[in-house]
Order: sequence, then structure tokens, then C-alpha cells
Amino acid sequence: MTMLSVEGLAVSRGGLPVLENIGFTLEAGHALVLRGPNGIGKTTLLRTLAGLQPALAGTVSMPPESMAYAAHSDGLKSTLTVRENMTFWASVYATHDIEPALDRMNLRNLDHRAAHSLSAGQKRRLGLARLLVTGRPIWVLDEPTVSLDTASVALFAEAVRGHLSTGGAALIATHIDLGLEEARVLDLAPFKAKPPEEGGMQGAFDEAFL
Amino acid sequence: MIALLLRDLRLAVRAGGGFGLGLAFFLIVVTLVPFGVGPQGEILARIAPGILWLGALLACLLSLDRIFALDFEDGSLDLLVTAPIPLEGVVSIKALAHWITTGLPLVVAAPVFGILLHLAPEAQIWMIVALLLGTPALSVLGTFGAALTVGLKRGGLLLSLLVLPFYVPTLIFGAELVRRGAEGMNTQVPLLMLAGITAATIALVPFASAAAIRVNLR
Repeated sequence: MTMLSVEGLAVSRGGLPVLENIGFTLEAGHALVLRGPNGIGKTTLLRTLAGLQPALAGTVSMPPESMAYAAHSDGLKSTLTVRENMTFWASVYATHDIEPALDRMNLRNLDHRAAHSLSAGQKRRLGLARLLVTGRPIWVLDEPTVSLDTASVALFAEAVRGHLSTGGAALIATHIDLGLEEARVLDLAPFKAKPPEEGGMQGAFDEAFL
Repeated sequence: MIALLLRDLRLAVRAGGGFGLGLAFFLIVVTLVPFGVGPQGEILARIAPGILWLGALLACLLSLDRIFALDFEDGSLDLLVTAPIPLEGVVSIKALAHWITTGLPLVVAAPVFGILLHLAPEAQIWMIVALLLGTPALSVLGTFGAALTVGLKRGGLLLSLLVLPFYVPTLIFGAELVRRGAEGMNTQVPLLMLAGITAATIALVPFASAAAIRVNLR
């Protein structure tokens, strides 16, 4: 079953087109890894898919309310405890059961610590544990393994596998090997947008002022 | 939505949350004015409504930039926008949390501070009514300014300049209501205007703020 399909998508950053003609489909139970050099537009593409910015052209189709987005920053409140942070996101997504997520990301013995006293890797694990309580089928992850050690990367790969095995899908932008051999890889370099003077797409004129 | 309100209130009372900042500022203004103006009771009583309202307004302004800036910095604003709550709802809840932590303490403290300024006893009740009706508009209008400046470093000055003109009607009718109340005149007109301004801002401004956030997050 196709969960996410993208056709002829063009995205822009700061009014300049960065990627064009992107097309792919993502089926339930599969993961797609996005690769490409810095600045190619991986984050921009993911933000566009998450609905944080409008696409320049093309269509994105997926079931409504099906996407969970995880950005570079984890969106943690440093003065709240691990448990409070998780409980908040669980009630926003109306799922309420945070215990399995705490166990899966190995946060059980940290759950009463304030988030500011966690290490960078532990924060990241908490940020990824948030995905588990969203209950959304499509995960859109931007550099999920930044500051994780190898054990935690394995933990994360395991969590993604568990998610895929229950009919979920994942779209992951990353530079490192996640240990997800079954994931398809999409290199974004061929989709780089042509500059406007070579006949490429024009960005919206007012975009630079917004 | 309740979860978001509880989270914001909890954050406000935790270390560095800024709860009480507005109240402390209000107290400073109100205690310093008699030193500056002089101890004559009749002069203080005359300017008291205006001073109290100015204090409330500036105290409110002081904490506005935190409404969205903190969530923007740690990335939770992105996540809230993609969460299954309407952004207009997020804005309304944040305005409510801001009012509970800033406006409501001022309403409660106003009678005490009124005494410091020789506010006429018959005006006390009107001061409470005016602040209760007027301060929600300050918080809601503040979300609009905060939403416009959310991506900016040190956006506080710009935010003040953007928001202050919108505060003027509330200030005028709020102070007028207390003045009329103190002099025993008919208070219906300023009362209705104040309530009307607040009702209109609560109904309309969250949509504008949500639109401004969407533009700023691009």
C-alpha cells in the first residue's frame, strides 16, 4: 500500500528553488533514506512534506493526519522532566501511553530527570521517543542520529524496524549508515534545481520578504 | 489543548519561567511614581487610574516576546505546527497562559497597588473590572506581535513598537472607565467599549497570529 507519493515536487529555500522534479513513492513497511551533500535541500524537502512551507510545484499525496515530523532540534522543554515532556506530546497526539516508548528508547531510568540535565545523546533519544507516542504511520526524520553513539543508533534502527513491521513507513535524511540495510536510498543530487538564468524555475518574488 | 495550557503554566512557574516578572515590574512602577510625583494625595488619586493602566500595559509588554520565542528556539514550535491541534488553537491557548501568568496576577494585585496610589475607594472595584476586561485583549494582541517577530533575535523592541498602537484603545477606555467610576459618573460607555475591544480581539487576532507564524516558519 502506498503511504506517501510525491510527483514533480519542487521546493525552495529563501525564495530560491533548490530541488525540482522530485518523484518517489513510499509504501507501508518501507523506509526511504535521503542522501545528498550539505545544502542540497534535504531539510527543505522534509519541511515541505511536513507542511511547514509551501511547495513551489508538484503534488504530495498522503492520508490526512498521518505524518510525524522530527526536526534537527528535539523540541524539548529543558525545565520539564523526561516524563513530563513525553506526557505532553502523548496527550497532544491523544495516545496517552508513554511507557512502551520509554522502554524502547531506554529512558526508563532517566524519567524523573529534568531535560536540561540530559546529555546530547539522551536528549536526542527523548526526541525520538516522542515519535513513538505520536501513533502516526509516516515518520519524517531529519538527521535523527546526530549525537547518538553506536549503541543508540542500533536502538534507533530497532525502533524504526519495529515501526515498519507494524505497517508504518519512514523517510529519513541522514549522512551516516543507520544499519537499515533494507531501506531504499534516494540520492537528491540529480534533482538539484537549475538556476533561473539557465532556464530553471523562478522562486516566488515576494518569498524573500516573508 | 488542555495539555498545552498546563505545560505552559508549568513552564512559567519553573525556574526561569518568568512568572511574577510582570507583577514585580507593576509593583516597581507603582511604588516609584509617588516618589517622582510627590506625596500629595489628590494629585496621585487623579493620575492613579492612568498609572495603574500604564503599569499593567508595560508589565504585559515585558513578557510578550517569550510567548513564541522560547518554543521557536528549542524547535517545539515546528512540532506544534505539525501536531494535530489547529495553530489558531495553539495561539489562543498561549494567549490564555500568558494572561493567567501576567494579567490575572495584576487584576488580583490592583486593589493593593491602588492603595499605594491613593486611588479613591469607590474606584477600586472599577479598577478590578477594567483590568479584568482589558488585560485579556493585551495578551491576545501580544500574540500577534510575538508571532510577527518570532524568528528575530532581540525582536523585543520591534515587538513593542508593533504592539503598542494596538494597546491604545484598551488603555484609553480602561483608564476612562476607572476615572468615571471614581467620579461617580455613568460608566456604561467605556465599559461596553472595553468589553467590545476584548471580545473582538479574542475572536479575530488568533487567526492573524497563526498566519504570521506560518509565514515566519517557512
